[in-house]
Amino acid sequence: MRHWHVVVAGSLLPLLAAGALTGGPAAGPLHQETRAAYDPSEAFPGGEATSRGSTDNTNAFSHLSANMGFAKELDFKIGNAIFRRQWVTAPSSTKSADGLGPLYNARACQRCHLKDGRGHPPAVGSSDYNAVSMLMRLSIPPQTEAERESLASGRASVIPEPTYGGQLQDIAIPGLKAEGRITIIYTEETAKLAGGETVSLRRPAYKITDLGYGPMHPDVMMSPRVAQPMIGLGLLESVPEAAILALADPDDKDGDGISGKPNRVWSIEKKALQLGRLGWKAGQPTIMQQAADAAVHDIGIGSYLFPNAAGDCMAKETVCLAAPGGGPAKAPGEELPKTLLNLVAFYSRNLAVPARRDPQDPKVLGGRALFHSTGCASCHHPTFTTGANPPDPHLAHQKIWPYTDLLLHDMGEGLADHRPEARADGREWRTAPLWGIGLTKTVSGHTYFLHDGRARNLTEAILWHGGEAQQARDAFAALPAEDRARLLAFVNSL
Amino acid sequence: MPRLEGICRTLVFAGGAWCAATAAAFAAPETSKVVETYADIALAGYEDSLKTAQTLKEKIDAFLAKPDEASLKAAREAWRAARVPYQQTEAFRFGNKIVDDWEGEVNSWPLDEGLIDYVEGPYKDVTSENSLYEANVIANPKIRVGGREIDASKITKALLSDVLQEADHVEANVATGYHATEFLLWGQDLNGTDAGAGHRPATDFDPANCTHGHCGRRADYLRAATNLLIDDLEWMVAQWKPDGAARKTLTEGSEADALVAIFTGLGSLSYGELAGERMKLGLLLHDPEEEHDCFSDNTYNSHYYDALGIRNVYLGRYKRVDASVVSGPSVSDLVKAKSPELDERVRKALDVTMEKMEALVERGEGGEAYDQMIGEGNDAGNQAVDAAISSLIGQSKEFERAIVALDLKAVQFEGSDSLDEPSKIFQ
Repeated sequence: MRHWHVVVAGSLLPLLAAGALTGGPAAGPLHQETRAAYDPSEAFPGGEATSRGSTDNTNAFSHLSANMGFAKELDFKIGNAIFRRQWVTAPSSTKSADGLGPLYNARACQRCHLKDGRGHPPAVGSSDYNAVSMLMRLSIPPQTEAERESLASGRASVIPEPTYGGQLQDIAIPGLKAEGRITIIYTEETAKLAGGETVSLRRPAYKITDLGYGPMHPDVMMSPRVAQPMIGLGLLESVPEAAILALADPDDKDGDGISGKPNRVWSIEKKALQLGRLGWKAGQPTIMQQAADAAVHDIGIGSYLFPNAAGDCMAKETVCLAAPGGGPAKAPGEELPKTLLNLVAFYSRNLAVPARRDPQDPKVLGGRALFHSTGCASCHHPTFTTGANPPDPHLAHQKIWPYTDLLLHDMGEGLADHRPEARADGREWRTAPLWGIGLTKTVSGHTYFLHDGRARNLTEAILWHGGEAQQARDAFAALPAEDRARLLAFVNSL
Repeated sequence: MPRLEGICRTLVFAGGAWCAATAAAFAAPETSKVVETYADIALAGYEDSLKTAQTLKEKIDAFLAKPDEASLKAAREAWRAARVPYQQTEAFRFGNKIVDDWEGEVNSWPLDEGLIDYVEGPYKDVTSENSLYEANVIANPKIRVGGREIDASKITKALLSDVLQEADHVEANVATGYHATEFLLWGQDLNGTDAGAGHRPATDFDPANCTHGHCGRRADYLRAATNLLIDDLEWMVAQWKPDGAARKTLTEGSEADALVAIFTGLGSLSYGELAGERMKLGLLLHDPEEEHDCFSDNTYNSHYYDALGIRNVYLGRYKRVDASVVSGPSVSDLVKAKSPELDERVRKALDVTMEKMEALVERGEGGEAYDQMIGEGNDAGNQAVDAAISSLIGQSKEFERAIVALDLKAVQFEGSDSLDEPSKIFQ
């Protein structure tokens, strides 16, 4: 059975808004920090946790928070080993690492978060290269009153696709069929820049073939996601909620065209709604929950937060539900024991942000000014100070430079996935942190950006910005080539 | 059989009482001399690693020329001997970027064996997303990496280091270094937490009586991996010579930075790497796969010599493979000049660690392999490993006190703008 879904089908936006080519930075509202002088702490974007390790090799994102102290290095290293650990099918002689799947995307965390860096879409035209560092989220609009209520209360962020669940798993344990395969077709489009230069943007359309368990729901919504870089997550988790909410302006009361909306998602631990911070749509409240969610959905490993030995199996996937689990008899869903989940979460909170390489290079400083004057900094909020009582005390009171407001913004039709997640609608995405982004090539060997890796470099990524970011995007496109180079030099210096 | 040198123990034991009584007599050595000793020990350690690797190559060449059980045994013994000086150099990791950036090609672990050669057992029954987990480059002259076909018809050093090592950015794709060589010499350890290491037959390398196929390519792989190891060690030896980059980084930077580098290596190896990743995890999981030298069952020695390397650096004294000694002013002397009591505590902690490590060696030499010690239900073995972990944690805490005593804390975090007092960091 073949099944086609075109996720991105919106009409082409005018790629250059009229009036944007009037020369010089756009006349957007000046950000308060536009003319702020360079602050020496910008060189260490993760505060005292910033890594001083090498940034010229693939380990640049794998260093530990520099200020954790030797004692905590023990937890970090064990967490790293679990992150790297290859899970096997239950039952096996390796009791401590069985329970894989039955349906899964990867056998180890590290397999998608390659070198703790950014994932990528499958290579174009390569049939044997599976989508291992990118996956496809699935859901449907609410069908019943109960489902509507569940979404409205925030207890559920999505209604899973009835047969395939919340995500497509493209691998299965022996004897089971995988759920399907993702195929991407790109269409090239042309965008123009000031000075006559043109850039080709590739617009993806997704289809899922080889469906293993029958047709999908006719109203299925899909959202492709590449793995996020792992750096600085504990610092983002430690930013006080009030500091984030202070930037929110969901109804754009100040009229600057930038809303900034907090996501509110269900915390399994607190049994309450909490600010969403992590993930492409800020769909997770904490790193602990994010890690447990990834374990159960991506690897098929249950934990106390998601005690499902069968991972993302749905009721119709009976052979999947019947497969043996790997947890202990007294808690069969806990294939990943709480102690180990805690260690993985600690590791995930403490991959250090690298020190900036040459923050005071004149070209970089020029780009820094343009980053503010074009309006990028309106959403890519430069700095926060972390709170007093984060899960890891050494991450408290740190002045950090993540370049995100951790809020949701309408990014326009071009980037829309039309798949809501909690309070995020089908056009909204969380502002992506920019720290470390200039090291993507070094760590991951590519420069594919945005949630589905469609952008092949930073220029393309910027040009895909629409909606609330349209004005800033147009201001960038209108810059003379040398200023665009300065702005990119700044972003690459982060 | 590795033994704690009697002279060290006497020195530490007697030295403590003596130096407490004559504290005022200790003048601090010049820090530059301490750094020089450190670099001299590094140079000697890497030279010894190179020398023992060259012996390993000779034994491997002899084995490949005439593959039988006796020549295989000789090669395996040479591998074990090569681990002795190398593990002691691990104390130079973590503080020296140049070592950290280089180390992955030499000592990466754990590895997906199926990338290199045939595998058996439950390992075969998993559908892996690591497309290379059963690439078996020895059997396949053409393999696909990242969707591209790679010509592996000639097994060369460059194929191993530039194509296969960390192929697809997957860390388990380890194609080089001590552990790749170890896997080729011993084969998979399929005994779980029961007795026994890998049992690869010598005929796996004998084209005339070939077992498991592709014996010529297997020999090529072993040769290339060994030659690459020698190249890598030669390079690292050069870095510690008088004009070498690793030595110059330490001697040309500030003295405080050099001391921070030294202590970072001691603390990070003790606590996170050795006590944590290599020992505590395996004990938590009771998992034989979590064993550092898992094919050869040499893990207890590997841990012992890591600990000895830490002690060498602190005391400024390294006994070379040829039994000669490299020594000089040490960080111990610096700490002693500040606080003889603290120096005594550090030495005592190091002493305890060596005792606990020696206990593991005794168990190992007595026939209980490390993966059995961490096995579920082996309470005595578990306790012995746990005691070694606790002693490593104990010595790390003393290193932290030494860092405070030498006023090095502020140096570690210079430049970052925190609202915290730097002095809070180690409390």
